[in-house]
Amino acid sequence: MKKNQVSMLLLLLGCVCLGAGWLRGENGVILAKAIRICLECVGIG
Amino acid sequence: MDREKKSERKRLTIQLLWTLLTNAFVVGFARGSIYQGKLKSICVPGLNCYSCPGAIASCPIGAMQAVLGSYEFRLPLFVTGFLILVGTICGRFVCGFLCPFGLVQDLLYRIPFPKKWHTFPGDRLLRYLKFLVLAVFVVALPLLVTDLIGQGYPWFCKLICPSGTLMGGIPLIGLNDSLKESIGLLFAWKMGLLIFLCLVGVVLCRPFCRYLCPLGAIYGLLQQASFYRLSVDQDACISCGQCARVCPMACEPTKRPNDMECIRCGRCKAACPTEAIDLGFSKQKKNSRP
Repeated sequence: MKKNQVSMLLLLLGCVCLGAGWLRGENGVILAKAIRICLECVGIG
Repeated sequence: MDREKKSERKRLTIQLLWTLLTNAFVVGFARGSIYQGKLKSICVPGLNCYSCPGAIASCPIGAMQAVLGSYEFRLPLFVTGFLILVGTICGRFVCGFLCPFGLVQDLLYRIPFPKKWHTFPGDRLLRYLKFLVLAVFVVALPLLVTDLIGQGYPWFCKLICPSGTLMGGIPLIGLNDSLKESIGLLFAWKMGLLIFLCLVGVVLCRPFCRYLCPLGAIYGLLQQASFYRLSVDQDACISCGQCARVCPMACEPTKRPNDMECIRCGRCKAACPTEAIDLGFSKQKKNSRP
């Protein structure tokens, strides 16, 4: 398989995963985590 | 030499503008709070802590751990898709141009010091450490070590991420008395790690990117397939070795133009006396490698 074909397949895979994650509402989990101060990130939790 | 300076100035400008743009919530720095808008449901391509007071979007590594550690999903399809897309389009260009912590390390390396290290014995082997960090701290621990209700913790953020300490921890703790009262051993460990990496960063370019960054590991894996590529015209190359000498990541562009350690900074291209190196989305020429 040529390198360009691999790249195109990866692009397709990326789009499918991104779309599937969006549709099943993963962004809600990300948003919920990101809008509160993450105590682990700042070195407290 | 002039071309090199121009290219580095251009890169620094892009790095600064991107960092300002993605950390534009200036009010957060004044109030000691963070942005809480809907933009935070999407990710930025670089390592940019979502608990930085200025951050307007999410860190992909933090987001990945949040989904892996959630009892609802476990499999982070959205972030994985995002990283595959970004990595396939531009590979580690993100590290060289769009990562705020990469910018910090580049600035540290500009500090004059009598002896700078380009590389050292074992440097190449140590770089595989970031894959272990990705596998253990970003994926395995958040997925497997859970609390009573099945939620995991962001272990990479908790134990390692110096970007979170610098961009989130220091400003937030400095601005909030309640957080200041809560600091303990964990904060001391994270501060120690940050200081250590900053000190090493003065003598060795980008130690965190070389050895510990899980995002660099992911983009590095996708580098071979990325559309943004480096190619060397073998007819024009005179094998002078100048490109390898100026590479901040100690790569050898003529031997491995698409090395997973290359951050696409373009210094080799600017330094090449015969202009044999090309970097971009253009199609590969017939006599170029690879």
